[in-house]
Amino acid sequence: MIKAVLVINTQGKPRLTKFYDILVLIDPIAYENFLPFSSQRRQTVEKQQELLRSVFGVLCSRADNVSNFVEADSIFGPDSRLVYKHYATLYFAIVFDSSENELAMLDLIQVFVETLDKCFRNVSELDMVFNYSKLHNILDGIIFGGQVMETSSAEIIRAVEEISKLEAASNSISLVPKTVSGWRSR
Amino acid sequence: MNPFSSGTRLRDMIRAIRACKTAADERAVVRKECAAIRTSMNENDQDYRHRNLAKLMFIHMLGYPTHFGQMECLKLIASAGFPEKRIGYLGLMLLLDERQEVLMLVTNSLKQDLNHSNQYIVGLALCALGNICSAEMARDLAPEVERLLQFRDPNVRKKAALCSIRIIKKVPDLSENFINPAAALLKEKHHGVLITGIQLCTDLCKVSPEALEFLRKKHTDGLVKTLKGAVNSPYTPEYDIAGIADPFLHIRLLKLLRVLGQGDADASDAMNDILAQVATKTESKKNAGNAILYECVETIMSIEDNGGLRVLAINILGRFLSNRDNNIRYVALNMLMKAITVDAQAVQRHRATILECVKDSDASIQKRALELVYVLVNDTNVKPLTKELIDYLEVSDQEFKGYLTAKICSIVEKFSPEKIWYIDQMLRVLNEAGSFVSDEVWHALIVVISSASDLHGYTVRALYKAFQTSSEQEMSFQSTSKKKTHQESLVRIAVWCIGEYGDMLVNNVGMLDIEDPITVTESDTVDVVKIAIKHHALDLTTKAMALVALLKLSSRFPSCSERIKDIIVQHKGSFVLELQQRSLEFNSIIEKHQNIRSALVERMPILDKATFSTRRAGSLPAAVSTSSGASLDLPNGVAKPSAAPLVDLLDLSDDLPAPSSSGGDFLQDLLGVDLSPAPTQSGLGQIQKADTDVLLDLLSSGTPIQSSSPTTEILLPSQNDKSPIATLDARSSSSSLSEQATSSARAAPMMDLLDGFGPSPLKPEDNGSVYPSLVAFESSSLRITFNFSKQPGNPQTTLIQATFTNLTPNVFTDLIFQAAVPKFLQLHLDPASSNILPASGNGSITQNLRVTNSQHGKKSLLMRMRMSYKIDNKDMLEEGQINNFPQDLGS
Repeated sequence: MIKAVLVINTQGKPRLTKFYDILVLIDPIAYENFLPFSSQRRQTVEKQQELLRSVFGVLCSRADNVSNFVEADSIFGPDSRLVYKHYATLYFAIVFDSSENELAMLDLIQVFVETLDKCFRNVSELDMVFNYSKLHNILDGIIFGGQVMETSSAEIIRAVEEISKLEAASNSISLVPKTVSGWRSR
Repeated sequence: MNPFSSGTRLRDMIRAIRACKTAADERAVVRKECAAIRTSMNENDQDYRHRNLAKLMFIHMLGYPTHFGQMECLKLIASAGFPEKRIGYLGLMLLLDERQEVLMLVTNSLKQDLNHSNQYIVGLALCALGNICSAEMARDLAPEVERLLQFRDPNVRKKAALCSIRIIKKVPDLSENFINPAAALLKEKHHGVLITGIQLCTDLCKVSPEALEFLRKKHTDGLVKTLKGAVNSPYTPEYDIAGIADPFLHIRLLKLLRVLGQGDADASDAMNDILAQVATKTESKKNAGNAILYECVETIMSIEDNGGLRVLAINILGRFLSNRDNNIRYVALNMLMKAITVDAQAVQRHRATILECVKDSDASIQKRALELVYVLVNDTNVKPLTKELIDYLEVSDQEFKGYLTAKICSIVEKFSPEKIWYIDQMLRVLNEAGSFVSDEVWHALIVVISSASDLHGYTVRALYKAFQTSSEQEMSFQSTSKKKTHQESLVRIAVWCIGEYGDMLVNNVGMLDIEDPITVTESDTVDVVKIAIKHHALDLTTKAMALVALLKLSSRFPSCSERIKDIIVQHKGSFVLELQQRSLEFNSIIEKHQNIRSALVERMPILDKATFSTRRAGSLPAAVSTSSGASLDLPNGVAKPSAAPLVDLLDLSDDLPAPSSSGGDFLQDLLGVDLSPAPTQSGLGQIQKADTDVLLDLLSSGTPIQSSSPTTEILLPSQNDKSPIATLDARSSSSSLSEQATSSARAAPMMDLLDGFGPSPLKPEDNGSVYPSLVAFESSSLRITFNFSKQPGNPQTTLIQATFTNLTPNVFTDLIFQAAVPKFLQLHLDPASSNILPASGNGSITQNLRVTNSQHGKKSLLMRMRMSYKIDNKDMLEEGQINNFPQDLGS
């Protein structure tokens, strides 16, 4: 299972964070002792930043000529591996457990980046910053609840474009979304 | 109506945040935005709800708390429009998680949307459920998801399949309902649905044995056929990754086959052919192709045994190891680590390639490979492997050296076939990476050196040479102003060995055939230690060890004694208390106590490996030092204070069968008493104190005891001077002062104290026998006296010289001496000097006996004897028993 997808720029700023395994984010002790949710929540936010910092610390200290795999047990808990790729100003990282094929995860990053590239026509970091929700649409088209769903970039783009069309349609004629969707689902 | 038309737009907010120069600025902008969003939410502003949430998600990513937006998500999800629902669900996935109570409220909306007529809205709901589903939601919504597995649109079907995985993981009981619909997905033609269906089946097999059994029986053949189709299918550009057709489908299929084949011979059999085909046919030039091969190898290693396939698989990994791509080498090493439990022999075949990976430029590969090599070492290959590793040590990176050194030391210690090899390898390691050798390792090395008595000369010469080379190198590095770390551990070992076996260095004692003789003068030897002590970079422990070595050398090389004294005296003013004190004490030993010096600085007794190991493991043996006199058991085996290195070193001796434990303690007191930490065990303090007194008494002139009789007299090992020695002994055995009375009975232990180490090889005549001789037998006709001595380093064995004296006016002929000992003793009799004993004490016969006490320290010696001889051809027979052997011989 994939535990998280992280995109961080070379300055350490997060550009996309998605966690599929909540246990990565919470303090298991607080969770098991049923501490108030508010305090767990605060921990979650802090923990997320801490994880990003540690991941960035590891990634930026790695030389270019080394493998793309990092033992991530110390950061994400037992049975965690991290695969990353460095494109221009961005690090793309996937955290996963031993049930996934490391080399395939590397390919998955490739699929993700290729899809972004096709969607934005030569994707840049700025595209990702300002098209935050579209980015999530693409990611949701590839990975679903921690499982790989689709690996064909054409399929992914088709799904994303359909969603964009629906949004645009209902934005321009916001009073008739039902008709549109009713028509589409026929 | 456009939600992006008024207020700050999302875009503007992002720009504002990006424009921030400092983290404080950013926090201010975010705080302002959050305040605005809260206000807008409180006003229940429907138009901005969408945009507010979009902003919140961005803020969330930056790491600010956003929980106040959760209710807004629910409101958006409940609204009718697609964009609102979409952003609502997106927010739900990011801002909420399965633990939050709010989630209870969303179940109903989800249920409605799963039944929505718009398939995109159904898709959104499935996606959200797949990400945040809790156990309660799984129970409530499982029927909807199950139904959606048969939905007409494939995009919904594949989402439903993945959502089902989440549901059965949360509530395994529900898996029963999913088995049939999931199995139906395996016959799908649609690629996405097929791949997700396979995933669902894999997870079903993991949580439900029934599902596993069912799928294994009914679908193994079908899956094999599907994989065959995928392997042989014409090229489909749609699912191509870098030129390899559809690696993900291959990988998923191989994973499911692995689950089905594991533990089932029939199923494994069914997939053999296709696995062989994948293993041989897959293109291995690209990452994607290797991903398939890698998965295939794992499946082959996991399913039921098929020798041929396994060899194929391990050969693939072997090929991976020589791949230029770091990632491939890395996964190959990972997989070999797993494979070693399945087929160690096959992995051994790739040892050479693995060894090459230890020299990789990628540190993570180096580390992996080294771990693998470590597992591969066995008795047969330890020598070549160690040689390779040590050779590499010379050229490896500084960062890797520490790790590599630790592994090599561990291998050498674990598998060393013989002592000389162990010593050789460790010397090489010390040479190359002395600064990375841990204390435990060099302590262990000293134990080994000490126990290899035939190698003492060899070792000390090798160390001498190594030290010379090392300091020459350093000189040359200094001149080129390059940084070079001094091989600290090498210096320590060298100094220790020179101190102990310095005489063997000079006299080329115990030459091995492989050695070239070297000429080292006594003065050269002292030079080496002097270099060590003068070196500014060396630490306190090393310097302290060097001082001890000097003291020892002063006795081994009397001609250099003056020079050594000068070197020692230089540290009299050292700012380090430790060195200052040693300097003063040692100086005083050299100057004033010539007579006991050689005994004090005698060679350390052989160190016992077993005791050292237990010590190292952190458990202090309960009764390590057995003694008749003082028992000083320093508690430093547990928590070693760094300032007490010498105690540490000497301490090794006091839990071993020393020639005489009181002697061992005394030596320790003398050399290390003030290094000992404050007593941590109650009760010991008293004893330590008493021992310190002894030392002070010994070394300071002017104390009442010593002023009462001249120092020389005290320390003369003559039997006439029993009283002062007894005083010392009484003190050292921590008895009360009243016992200082001149009791001659107490003299024995002290005698032993001074002689327990045996005569020094250089001037054995200085000491003589200090054990009192014993009249072993006396009758009207025959007297037998025993003189005792011991060999240094071998306290268990007592050498006895028996002297026979004839008390009658008749000559004894055919004298035969027989002796018997209990089982715990071993007796060896040398031939007697003669079997004719002249009359009236006009001559004597001597005979040497050697008694080894296996219970040394626990039981004392005991002997029965029988003497037969003839007087005028008349047989005579006498018998006797000795149970009054001197106490300190072995009890």
